[in-house]
Amino acid sequence: MMKNKPDEEDYWNSSKFKAFTFDDEDDEFSRLKESKQAVNSIRSLVEEEDDEDEVEKVSWSGEPVGSISWSVRETAASNQKTQREHAFPKINASSPSVSRSHSGYSLSSLFKGKTKPGNFQPFTDSLSESSVKLYAPELRKPKSESKDYISDWSPEETIHRMQQGKVVSLERFRSLQDKLLLLDFSVRAHDGNIITAVILFTLTSIIRVLFRELESRQTALRHFIHYLTEIRDHRLLLELLSKRRDFLKSCLNLPFSPEESAHVQDHYTLLERQIIIEHAGKVEIFQKFPRRASILNMPLITTLYYCCFYHYNEPEGTYSSPLNIRHTFRISEKQYFVTVLAARAKLKAWSDLDALFTSRNWLGFTKKKSPLSFHRVVDILQKNSAPTQVLQEYVGLVDDADLRIGLAQKHKCHDIVINTYRDLKDRQLLLGYRGKVERGSAEERKINDLLDSPHIRWKN
Amino acid sequence: MAHSGRRDSPELPDFSLLKRLARDQLIYLLEQQHEVDKLYKVEYKPIISTSDQVCFLIRPRIQTVKWIYVANADKAAGKFRRYKIIFTPQKFYACEAVLEEQGLFGDVTTDEWAFYLLPLDDDIISLELPEFFRDNFLAGDQRWVRTVGSALHLLHSIYGPFSKIYGIGRCAKMAYESWKEQVEEGDTKARQAEIGNAFLIDRDVDYITPLCSQVVYEGLVDDIFRIKCGCVEFGHDVTSSDKSVKVMLNSQDKVFSEIRNEHFSNVFSFLSQKARNLQTAYDKRRGMDIKQMKTFVSEELKGLKQEHRLLSLHIGACESIMKKKTKQDFQELLKTEHSLLEGFEIRECISFIEEHINRQVSMIESLRLLCLLSITENGLLPKDFRALKAQYLQSYGVDHLLTFANLRQLGLLVEQQPGETLTVMESKVGKLVNDKTAGKLTDAFSSLAKKSHFRALSRKLNLVPKSDEEYDLRVPRDMAYIFSGAYIPLSCKLIEQVLERDSWTGLEEVTKLLNGHEFAFTDLRAKSDAQRIILVMFLGGCTFSEISALRFLGRERGYKFIVVTTAITNSSRLIEALLGNKV
Repeated sequence: MMKNKPDEEDYWNSSKFKAFTFDDEDDEFSRLKESKQAVNSIRSLVEEEDDEDEVEKVSWSGEPVGSISWSVRETAASNQKTQREHAFPKINASSPSVSRSHSGYSLSSLFKGKTKPGNFQPFTDSLSESSVKLYAPELRKPKSESKDYISDWSPEETIHRMQQGKVVSLERFRSLQDKLLLLDFSVRAHDGNIITAVILFTLTSIIRVLFRELESRQTALRHFIHYLTEIRDHRLLLELLSKRRDFLKSCLNLPFSPEESAHVQDHYTLLERQIIIEHAGKVEIFQKFPRRASILNMPLITTLYYCCFYHYNEPEGTYSSPLNIRHTFRISEKQYFVTVLAARAKLKAWSDLDALFTSRNWLGFTKKKSPLSFHRVVDILQKNSAPTQVLQEYVGLVDDADLRIGLAQKHKCHDIVINTYRDLKDRQLLLGYRGKVERGSAEERKINDLLDSPHIRWKN
Repeated sequence: MAHSGRRDSPELPDFSLLKRLARDQLIYLLEQQHEVDKLYKVEYKPIISTSDQVCFLIRPRIQTVKWIYVANADKAAGKFRRYKIIFTPQKFYACEAVLEEQGLFGDVTTDEWAFYLLPLDDDIISLELPEFFRDNFLAGDQRWVRTVGSALHLLHSIYGPFSKIYGIGRCAKMAYESWKEQVEEGDTKARQAEIGNAFLIDRDVDYITPLCSQVVYEGLVDDIFRIKCGCVEFGHDVTSSDKSVKVMLNSQDKVFSEIRNEHFSNVFSFLSQKARNLQTAYDKRRGMDIKQMKTFVSEELKGLKQEHRLLSLHIGACESIMKKKTKQDFQELLKTEHSLLEGFEIRECISFIEEHINRQVSMIESLRLLCLLSITENGLLPKDFRALKAQYLQSYGVDHLLTFANLRQLGLLVEQQPGETLTVMESKVGKLVNDKTAGKLTDAFSSLAKKSHFRALSRKLNLVPKSDEEYDLRVPRDMAYIFSGAYIPLSCKLIEQVLERDSWTGLEEVTKLLNGHEFAFTDLRAKSDAQRIILVMFLGGCTFSEISALRFLGRERGYKFIVVTTAITNSSRLIEALLGNKV
């Protein structure tokens, strides 16, 4: 340990350290300074809180540090020596480091990181010193491979070697400052693999400070979050899912934005509803139209559709009544209409649709109204194979004459076509249309009658 | 079809070398293992094999590595096997950490298969990394940046050096730096350059293009049947038999290569013409004497039969496309998209989208339209945003709250912030006054808003041709033909502009609207005759429509483009990558 001390001084003051320079120096230096400030502030924090024990655990005595950092080196080594692989499963956190002296690993370096406050000073010096120097490109070059100990790699070199899959030793990055320096270099290398690795192997052991540090390091933070998302325990998540309702209830207390918590609240209510609806209803209709799936966990509109299908005529007071659902969840008129339309059309309950669209004005006259344009209504009806009479009624309600006639022709609503041509007094079109209807049908007769009629003054 | 193009278009380099290299390396890796019995697809279930060693070939994903742990249950049963995982294209420390955590490190050894580039066609190379998009842009995980750098390095060392590199986007810049570093590490030999310039572009520079419905044949086939690794499976509705058939779609398919870049409306007439020609060729055999017949059978018949098979396949595909598209009101959908691109009749568009959601039509399609609306309009008005979001959640499930969060994070679907309404005003004012004043106004306003600037970009780059002019899709006059003449893809337009100017100079306002991150580097040592061969690399995926547009540009300007992409994408893949409803 003592022997190594001068080396260390040498290292910090050597030109090699100054050599890792960047093109955009200002930016990077402010970054490094940031690390340093952050570190210093933490140190004071830590000391203030009198958290000595924590600090100790963080540095070496803790087992996780050993196992994690080992893995990096072992990983790399395993590529070179496959015959050793049988020894690997036995490696565990508690196995002492001495046993792997064969890897060219120096004991002194192991304790290097433990040199505490004194270590900061030379680093600072070298930083401020180098900041005034000119960064000649040739200074970056010498990456000599002839070093005695692999532990002597600078942070930059370490990152570089990791990228190439070469052996590295992360043990020497013991102080928070060193760890963060390493992290900043990994971010600079734009290599997610390495960023995650550095967090994993050197930083998870200090998880408590980590979050605070990562706040100012967005890139690294996102890598950590992504890693955590990826390693999540899926069995636990499945368990959570089966307890989804309770889970959501607990979510309600989480800080969702007001708008979003309304959605979550709605979802909770919906799940409660679905449990009731799942077991409600008359047997006959279910026998006639067996259900394909359970309604649990389905979206709201699907639930509404289900209720329109199986519980349409129930009084509004029941939970499964479509009207009740509409009011509870503040479903828009259009959305409600579309869903009722789809469900009742599926059942071919045309009279229900009639009632749905009919509104009565104050004089008692009835009128068909729809929040959805009638040509869409026709489209939905047609997709549910509505009979021509039904289609005809709704095609007739389409306002736009061109659209109406187009739809009428498409769906063979002959009466509408014929009447429109009659109203247009267009003899030629009517003649043309006669060729399209069936021979000897009522439509053909109607056209002939019109053509023979003396009361119409044709325009052509 | 009848595209003459310029005569001086250069020849593309031969990319089959890439395949050979990758294959040889894999064979070498597998032969190191003795007697590789069978390659298994890694799934969440145990492996039944009598062999005492098992080898997995996987992408470096933690989830997949965990599956191997499950498959490895026989360790508990006291059975000893040797396991090997070959990660491709490289291994990640995090994956190995998982093995260590599971106590499997050592029982399982690992290796790498450096397979970076899969040539899908003469001019398309894919990294086959669809996860790149989500990892990089949504999670902000840069794990693939070096991979992209390595892929570029590989291309560079075989076909380079490139004389110029242009790029735009944060990731493009990082990939460039990573590549540069790798070049410095290795020794560079002077070699004949087969690729002149390279252009790197991030997907997030242009989200509009991949969100539009594709109407060029190849893109349409991808939208409907999903082309995987240059291969498509046509179901029984196409083959009109009870068997489905897998077809390679590339320039080897003589029928396909002629229609792939065509607007769909031209494809039918082309195919029927082709069918008539074929008939004539068959008919030739009538009145032949024996000798002529012999030559016919030995020389022509095989080719004709092949063509016949391909022709009927593509006719079948067209019919199936037509059927599907008429069923979903494709015409109206396109009309809505075009209105959004033009910024015209926005209220009608909104109510179209609303109905789409109300009717629970495709969940993906609804999101796609919402995103298009948001990007073109620079965010939705708070009132619209809340109403549409609420209806979406009611129709497709509240789990999509997470999807909405993801989309917001990428800026794909956002609510207008107060103050941003200024840009709406700006675009209105901009329409009234002449361009010069509009430019000044934009400058004044751009400090106020940071988000998507589609309208301003569209005006500056002329992305939306005037709609009152007839656009003859048979004789396309610009790249807009790939969207029925309604829109020139922003990504391709940028490439065109930079190549034309030979730099970013003059595009400062455009790059400012795109959030900058543009770069250009010249390698003075690299002098080559291959200046007209241009490698375009899409980080985060590109669509077949974009490839068609670049091919068109190449024909017009005498370039040859090589498209390198992290994966082929389209609107569905893009949106699916951002869904958050699967917990």
